[in-house]
Amino acid sequence: MAKKNNKKGIGSIFAGLFRNQIFIPLAALLILVVFNLIADPSFFKITLGQNNAGDPILSGNIMTILNNASELAILAIGMTLVTAASGGQDISVGATIAIAGSVILRILCGAAGPRPETMQAPIIVAFLIACVVTMLFGAFNGALVAYFKIQPMVATLIMFTAGRSIAAWINNNQLPVIKDVSFGYFGNYIPGIPVPTPVFIAILCMIIIALVLKFTNLGLYVQSVGINSHSSRLNGLNPEFIKFITYVIMGLCVAVAGLIKVSRISTINYSVIAKDIEMDAILAVALGGNALGGGKFSMTASILGAYVIQFLTTTLYKFEVPSDALPAYKAIVVIILVVMSAPVVREKFGQLWKKIAPEKAVKEA
Amino acid sequence: MKKLLSLMLAVAMIFALAACGGEKAVETPSDPTEAAGLIKVGIINNDPNESGYRTANDADMKRVFTEENGYEASFAYSLKNDEQIAAAQKFIQDEVDYLLISAAGTAGWDTVLQDAQAAGIEVILFDRTIDADESLYVASIVSDMAKEGQTAVDWLASQNLETYNVIHIQGVMGSSAQIGRTGALDTMVAENDNWNLVTQQTAEWNAETAQQIVQAVIDSGKEFNVVYAENDDMAKGAVAALDAAGISHGVDGDVIIMGFDCNKWALEELLNGNWNYDGQCNPFQADYIDEIIDGLENGEAPAEKVVIMEEKGFDATTITQADVDQYGI
Amino acid sequence: MGEKKTVLKMRGICKYFPGVKALQNVDFTLREGEIHALMGENGAGKSTLIKVLTGVYQKDEGQIFIGDSEKPIVIHSPQEAQNAGISTVYQEITLCPNLTVAENMYIGRTKGTGVNWSKMNANAKKLLDSLQIPAQPTQQLGSCSIAVQQMVAIARAVDMECKVLILDEPTSSLDEQEVQKLFTLMRDLKAKGVGIIFVTHFLDQVYEVCDTITVLRDGQLVDEYPIAELPRVKLVSKMLGKELDDLSDIKKHDDGDGKLHEGTAVLEVKQLKPTTGVSPFDFEIYEGEVNGFTGLLGSGRSECVRAIFGADKTSGGEVLVGGKKVKINKPLDAMKNGVGYLAEDRKRDGIIGDLSVRENIILALQVMKGFFRPFSRAKAEAFADEYIKLLQIKTASTNTPIKSLSGGNQQKVILARWLLTNPSYLILDEPTRGIDVGTKVEIQKLVLKLADEGKSVTFISSEIDEMLRTCSRLIVMRDRKVVGSLTGDELTQNNIMATIAGGDK
Repeated sequence: MAKKNNKKGIGSIFAGLFRNQIFIPLAALLILVVFNLIADPSFFKITLGQNNAGDPILSGNIMTILNNASELAILAIGMTLVTAASGGQDISVGATIAIAGSVILRILCGAAGPRPETMQAPIIVAFLIACVVTMLFGAFNGALVAYFKIQPMVATLIMFTAGRSIAAWINNNQLPVIKDVSFGYFGNYIPGIPVPTPVFIAILCMIIIALVLKFTNLGLYVQSVGINSHSSRLNGLNPEFIKFITYVIMGLCVAVAGLIKVSRISTINYSVIAKDIEMDAILAVALGGNALGGGKFSMTASILGAYVIQFLTTTLYKFEVPSDALPAYKAIVVIILVVMSAPVVREKFGQLWKKIAPEKAVKEA
Repeated sequence: MKKLLSLMLAVAMIFALAACGGEKAVETPSDPTEAAGLIKVGIINNDPNESGYRTANDADMKRVFTEENGYEASFAYSLKNDEQIAAAQKFIQDEVDYLLISAAGTAGWDTVLQDAQAAGIEVILFDRTIDADESLYVASIVSDMAKEGQTAVDWLASQNLETYNVIHIQGVMGSSAQIGRTGALDTMVAENDNWNLVTQQTAEWNAETAQQIVQAVIDSGKEFNVVYAENDDMAKGAVAALDAAGISHGVDGDVIIMGFDCNKWALEELLNGNWNYDGQCNPFQADYIDEIIDGLENGEAPAEKVVIMEEKGFDATTITQADVDQYGI
Repeated sequence: MGEKKTVLKMRGICKYFPGVKALQNVDFTLREGEIHALMGENGAGKSTLIKVLTGVYQKDEGQIFIGDSEKPIVIHSPQEAQNAGISTVYQEITLCPNLTVAENMYIGRTKGTGVNWSKMNANAKKLLDSLQIPAQPTQQLGSCSIAVQQMVAIARAVDMECKVLILDEPTSSLDEQEVQKLFTLMRDLKAKGVGIIFVTHFLDQVYEVCDTITVLRDGQLVDEYPIAELPRVKLVSKMLGKELDDLSDIKKHDDGDGKLHEGTAVLEVKQLKPTTGVSPFDFEIYEGEVNGFTGLLGSGRSECVRAIFGADKTSGGEVLVGGKKVKINKPLDAMKNGVGYLAEDRKRDGIIGDLSVRENIILALQVMKGFFRPFSRAKAEAFADEYIKLLQIKTASTNTPIKSLSGGNQQKVILARWLLTNPSYLILDEPTRGIDVGTKVEIQKLVLKLADEGKSVTFISSEIDEMLRTCSRLIVMRDRKVVGSLTGDELTQNNIMATIAGGDK
């Protein structure tokens, strides 16, 4: 009897797992890990070395992945909320990152021209102003979506198109370079700390969103509105405002990601900075098994999705896939992942598992 | 993966771009009175926001085609071919004397150039060529990307290293700059046993992607002594990865750093010895055009139809502050 | 009966869902020219059986035979069911509101690629006329009333020359006249030899048109009865599996026979003018009172209560709560003043489909409590458990998505949501629509219990019986106007009818 129960337990656990949202990003991560383990176990080696400034740093593919996925993970947070509440995506994040970066550099350069010897304002001031600016742009997007009922993709297309020109205009089309090394701390290493700063920033953002989801009703409200805005309204919610606010939160995420991006290279290239990152952010949400049509979401799954994407990118670089074939490889992997994360397919997997499992869990019960 | 989703958006974008493209506005000269003796030129260029190169190119045009130099210039900007062609038609109606075009796309120019010819307007192409009969324009002033690549590879060969283990970071695949700058290196590697490509990857002109590519090579523990990046941004990203890994670079360093485009900040890196080489992609075509127009006004046809601009390669050991100021864009 | 040809036989049908045995060994037989009622409480397995038959679900065991055939058929999809001659009209309209009536009738049925529009419209017109459906073929379906849309759906099914027609709660949004029209239609089809499976909660209707009744309970077959052998009381007791105190046991709440209440009203509105086209109206309700709005479909009864709750905008008038003037611009304002509102359209305005039963229960109270003060998981579980027990909600767990519950249980969850907010005034707009008789009775009892506890309730129902049993005052509406208010002895069926009809009074 005990044995039977046990078997049934395993069967239903697996069936349940297939249905669980987090399954796909976890499975994808696992497959990538196993693949790399087989192909070259040294993939996972982490070594302690020194950088050119003589500070200790940890390096290795895993560190690279954790480091470079940071911006994407942060954006995935905002994109998940936007998607859940408004049933659409913000495709302007790459362009608004350019704006955020441009604002930060503009403030730091102040009146001293594009290549100041010293920063003309504290970094925190520049960052906070960038936050305000990107939140305003987020508010613009949010207002179009929530109050003017424009399709999110169309509404954010405006900033997607105009954002990089605005970013260039902010700095009079010049390419500012910040020479002060402390500006590079946010995108690289703080002397003495061997782990890249973006990793800490991403973790901090995750902690903040976890706390927000735990100690406020953001999750409940966003999901309610995303699933059924009519009944949400009759339960006292303000669906428009909730949709609106998710875009403002997205703006905040953009500012943080923008700071990391410009700090990594201490300068900006308006046309390529964070290029196509909105697509990766949307993909992270989709890989997390979240419906792009809105409604229920799993923040953990989205963030995991972001790391899966970076893991894949790094793996492809590591195996030196030819440049012209790179997009094709990525596309194939992505198609497989996205198809597998579709609820319909997950459901089928669950059923399939039940069929191949020897016992028919439900019938015996 | 981006491609996949981009495709989805592409259709939507076409519409929106049509609605949002505000860059085609034609700037008419501030002084409309037709001063006697001024040569009327219509200049069609790509959006100066496109890149630092384009900004410098536009600034150079505006420097040369002024009233002081005897020109009455009108400018039109667009990254889209059809808008550029529309602007050309407008210039033909305005009866300009010369039409200067940096085409966004290569196709579709025949008709409008025939119109120009019929109206007695001379056409000069700059920076980019088009697919049209040579008789439709008097000259085209272009960069030879393949030559840029060759110059850089020749410089690298002249360093006389025992072996060349090159990290090759490419631009957007299929762009003329990428094809030209890749070609010479590929040939060299194929012909010489002591030249190896450690990796050859596209970073799509993006600094951070370049950083990741170099990081991946470092993490895999492979030996390399040259980074050949097809633009300055990517070279900068590569250097960031080297810095983080404690690998020395530049003059007296372990790794040779090569970039292209001669951004001012990049030339400063050369001056400071952090990089070794930067290849120029000359955006300064205005003087060449000015010269040709002068000749035409005096009844002399240009000696050659295709004028290839002189393009330099700067070496960290010989570069001077004067070079930085003059050639930095 | 025995010699009539069978058109459909289902034998030993089983269907399992994770953790639930939805159908166990169920037999069902439908004969030519028979109207066969499928009865059972919520969760008894009616919908599942229908869905197995129409290919929405795959049966896990059992066999289905069509006609005399000895060979069981397998139905994988609604399309296959249709090809086998099984047509279905669902409770919720499943047509496309943005297409025309004719397009809806023929969509997915045209052969080849071309469509002969004029012929299609002509055919549609003929059919609509023969069924006396007041719709034009070229009219957009969405512009028709719900009732007409339902009839178009039936017309579509009828036109597919089906042998088996399944009507799943077709009458829940029809008024009496329209129901009669539908019955005429059903009898016509019966005469033509079509077998009709009729799923409904209206007992009257069952006894009016049906020949045979099959009763399901808890996923199992109780039995099949000729209608003459199963009086109502017995039917109800078969469905519930116990002898039920007769419906008439619910006594009307005695509150002084409609005498004017003393003191201030719990809620009073003066010349409130909704922007939804209803004339300004006065309304008040006192502590412990149950009143109701009545009137035909579309007479404006829902619009009135929506305006009171702030669900629709108002453009004039005032609202007093406990004698004090308050501003109600949005639902939250009403909620903060102790008003709860269970909306008419459960699917659109009630449930949050993908959220769990627990989240659905706590939602309104949570919103009132505030964004920054979420309930702990334990607290939320406790609330949910309490009300699941109190209202006997049948759900696998508090974590089950509400959309997977049966209609009646969904309604109970929404009720729980509002009871949890402890409102002093609760508006229930059609709380008993489309749910089984057992739950109906429970809800009526609950309303009276709330009134006993001193709460005020406005109860709206299409079934006048129900209103008579529960309400001590009825506000009658006609053509988007309040036309009368009946209390005490005036509350008789005839009186209400007369007031609704108006005219010679």
